[in-house]
Amino acid sequence: MIHSSLLSRLDGVFLTLILGALVLWFVPAGMGRYGTYVLSLWLVTAVAVMGLNLTLGVAGLKSLAQAAFMGIGAYATALLTTKGGMGWLPAFAISGLLTFAIGLLLGFPALRVKAHYLAFVTLAFSTLVWLVLRNEQWLTGGVFGLSNIPRPTLFGLKLDGHLAFHRFVVVATVLLALALWWLIRSPWGRAFLALRENPVRAASLGINIRAYTLLAFAIGSAYAGFAGALYAPLVEFIDPSPFALSASFFLLLMVVAGGSGYQLGPFVGALLGVVLPEWLRFTGGLYLILFAAIVVALLIACPQGMLGLFERFWNAIRRRPMGRNLPLREEQP
Amino acid sequence: MKNSVLAAAFAALSVVSPALAQEKIKLINVVELSGAGATAGTNWKNGIDLAVADINAKGGILGRQIEIIHYDTQTNPGNTRAAVQRAIDEGTYAVLGPVFSGPIGASMQIAQRAEIAQIVGGEAAGLTKQGNPYIFRTSLSQSAAMPKIATYLQNGVKAKTVAVVWVNNDFGKGGRDSILPELEKRGIKVVADVSTEQGQADFAADAIKVKNANADAVFVYLNEEESARFLTAAKQQGINKPMVGETTLLGAKVIQLAGAAAEGVKGHVGLSIDAPVPAFQEFGKKFQQRFNAISDHNGLKGYMAVHMVKWATEKQKKFDKKGLADTLRGARITPKDEPGIMIETKIETNGDIDRESFLAEVVAGKQVIKETLPMINP
Amino acid sequence: MAEFIAYLIAGLATGAIYALAAIGFTLVWQTSQTINFAQGEFVMLPAILILAMVGFLGAPFWLATVLGIALFVLLFGWGFKIVIVDPMIRHGVLPLAIATMALAIIMKEGAKDGFSAEAQNFPSFLPVQTISLGGVSISLQHIAIILVACAAIGGLQWFVTRTKTGRQMQAAAQNPNVALVLGIPVARMVMLTFLINAGLAALASVLISPIYLAKFSNGEVIGLFAFIAAIVGGFNQVRGALAGGLIVGVIDSLAAAYISTSYRLAVPLVLLVIIILVKPEGLFGRKEERRV
Repeated sequence: MIHSSLLSRLDGVFLTLILGALVLWFVPAGMGRYGTYVLSLWLVTAVAVMGLNLTLGVAGLKSLAQAAFMGIGAYATALLTTKGGMGWLPAFAISGLLTFAIGLLLGFPALRVKAHYLAFVTLAFSTLVWLVLRNEQWLTGGVFGLSNIPRPTLFGLKLDGHLAFHRFVVVATVLLALALWWLIRSPWGRAFLALRENPVRAASLGINIRAYTLLAFAIGSAYAGFAGALYAPLVEFIDPSPFALSASFFLLLMVVAGGSGYQLGPFVGALLGVVLPEWLRFTGGLYLILFAAIVVALLIACPQGMLGLFERFWNAIRRRPMGRNLPLREEQP
Repeated sequence: MKNSVLAAAFAALSVVSPALAQEKIKLINVVELSGAGATAGTNWKNGIDLAVADINAKGGILGRQIEIIHYDTQTNPGNTRAAVQRAIDEGTYAVLGPVFSGPIGASMQIAQRAEIAQIVGGEAAGLTKQGNPYIFRTSLSQSAAMPKIATYLQNGVKAKTVAVVWVNNDFGKGGRDSILPELEKRGIKVVADVSTEQGQADFAADAIKVKNANADAVFVYLNEEESARFLTAAKQQGINKPMVGETTLLGAKVIQLAGAAAEGVKGHVGLSIDAPVPAFQEFGKKFQQRFNAISDHNGLKGYMAVHMVKWATEKQKKFDKKGLADTLRGARITPKDEPGIMIETKIETNGDIDRESFLAEVVAGKQVIKETLPMINP
Repeated sequence: MAEFIAYLIAGLATGAIYALAAIGFTLVWQTSQTINFAQGEFVMLPAILILAMVGFLGAPFWLATVLGIALFVLLFGWGFKIVIVDPMIRHGVLPLAIATMALAIIMKEGAKDGFSAEAQNFPSFLPVQTISLGGVSISLQHIAIILVACAAIGGLQWFVTRTKTGRQMQAAAQNPNVALVLGIPVARMVMLTFLINAGLAALASVLISPIYLAKFSNGEVIGLFAFIAAIVGGFNQVRGALAGGLIVGVIDSLAAAYISTSYRLAVPLVLLVIIILVKPEGLFGRKEERRV
């Protein structure tokens, strides 16, 4: 029962991803550079939020270092493609591997103590990364940042223009989202879910809790690294400020506001975090207050985030208690 | 019924508005209104608002009123890039701002690609060294100001040893990196090199460190509030060595915040509402009246930025975006031609600025100008 | 040695403020098992409200202080609990923590747009002279801050352990179900902790703003350090917050002096990681018994 409904739900996610990609491929044609840039920024942010959604929404771990991991990925890609003269694709892979490895190294001692304390360790880690990025000018450019980061050329295609690069971001995002979709359907993913829903039962079924939690954290961190590898050529300039602790908080906000644990939550959350403030600019100087007030109001109305709210409406319309259409979370007791 | 009234209203609007829109010239300011740069950015924005009000009151530029729009960057390079792109997409005549050098570095290629002038408040040396013909400063760069300070430390203060206190952001680090070689060239030894954080609240430890270094003079290169906090902490620790600074340290805001602790502070001042230039002082009064705040150098920079646009447009006699940048490059603007520029300003071909500057001291709670320094390449 | 003592006193004064703010973390943690990410802004805002009272109402400073603190406790003690905490508390830790992040943005931006983007002077209730003792300059302001903060925290500790209301409050925080059975008015007790939290934040604000100046962005730094202090000292003990604050303040001061100014922030953080790995409940915290 659970198995079959899970399958049918995930197919909804799959279809949404493919349809969304098609729309996003064609939509920016008439949007101008600014609109296209904001769309690309949204997708890149969504990749980082996806990773955090795995860490938090699926494995139940609070990480306060997602932006720091994104910074590691961005700086690795920037350095490898400028000073290292490497192509984007290997740089992208190295960024992911690097953040995955650091995730393992960081998570291992922290999770040994208690999953709960991962938040504090990642908070310290996040600030330490920021300090290194800022202080080690010989490597990272320090406060002056790294400029002139090239946009990639893949399979002979030059992705320099804003539209070409946007389409490249769309493809990369969809591939990464599908990889995660596959992962969650795989036996590994079912272990993650079992872990989240009932750790005691999971342990009794022979799932190695620590190994799986650690793995989820490392994969989530690797997604931040991937996002960084896309962010650097998108902005063509990086400095430490977008990877500070407050940015990690903001990514966490996007996970929860979008709907933690829902597979499409990251896209909705990043839409709220990236596109909504841009859209609210017409209100003038008070746009950030408005944005924050909307988030607070949303969470008061529905602590499960946008998709939780959406689902509640959906169920109300259908007037029957059905399983959630998108989710991976357990029903609230 | 209701609908038809609305429709009629819209129809009426649509008849009127294109005519209005055609008359207005759109200027978009992209600046730090939140995040770490909010204070500097707000001053810059206020300076711009004041300039636009002045110009519009006198009939605008070539008979067209200015429509000014401000976009916040949150002091984040990615957002700055988005905002500059948006400004260009929306047809801004020139991009004004930002003030912090990192966000400028992230966004200047976009204006260059669009061949639109970007008039910025940044002082970091590197900005004008990248061969971008569309970037223009509004104040002296650090590589122009720091030699003046070093000479002053050598001849005016007669210091053999100096403690350098700087804020670890692009502004402070850039200044520190510019002054260290200048000091070395003049045989002045740096005995303490103290890095502080942007937004740092507690300067007691830094002050003790400076005190123990026992240098002949202290060079303080921090933003306004941090300058005031440091001066207060230095006084608490009983430091009695000369405090020397560049523009910010002698600003009216610092004097107001630090009170007695600012007494006797000296240094070099680029733009200041206290300089012996009547136009500066008049600007200071107008600014105070309108915003109930004291303008720092960023307010002056914003005011000048709009007037640079006005001067160049009237010079080229048309609203040509690329022509605006071409006209500004290598120009020399005098207050006689354009009163809003306030002081004779030479724009180098790389976008650097050259103008007179001042040596000043804080006496009895006022900035007093002791000497006027000539242009570097008059 | 003289030099060391100077660093120590400066560190203790800063640490005393961190301690006042850190207590807020522990109080909110005890009653709602969540983290108030707006805690730094809670210390920033009272000073701004007081200055706004002076500026907009023309009230004399003492009256503005009373009114400002009262308004703050009303809005961010009572109002915070009713509007934000109560509706969300049933839904777990995270939505509430995220809502406090958004609240921090509202407070910061509100102070900036509603009052001023620039730092403002804030008058001091405390002596501002400096005395010299054996070659060490000691600021009376620093000494007074340490004394007032310690007295406030000592008073709180006494209230919690020695008075009936205090013990009821403690019981309500530790085990609300049992407390209810025992006839303790749990809801009122929880509200009391939120009021105390707002009051302590206002006290910290009045103590520190003469030195730090009143500015909308001050909360970021104070919040981070108070958070570190709360973790180091232990999240579930008032005395832990005091010790944590003082330790973090002193370590920060000594790090700037003897290690590196550009990496000074790293030192308290490394300490934090070590403490989590060695003694996760904090130096002075209780071990929490938790269900899996």
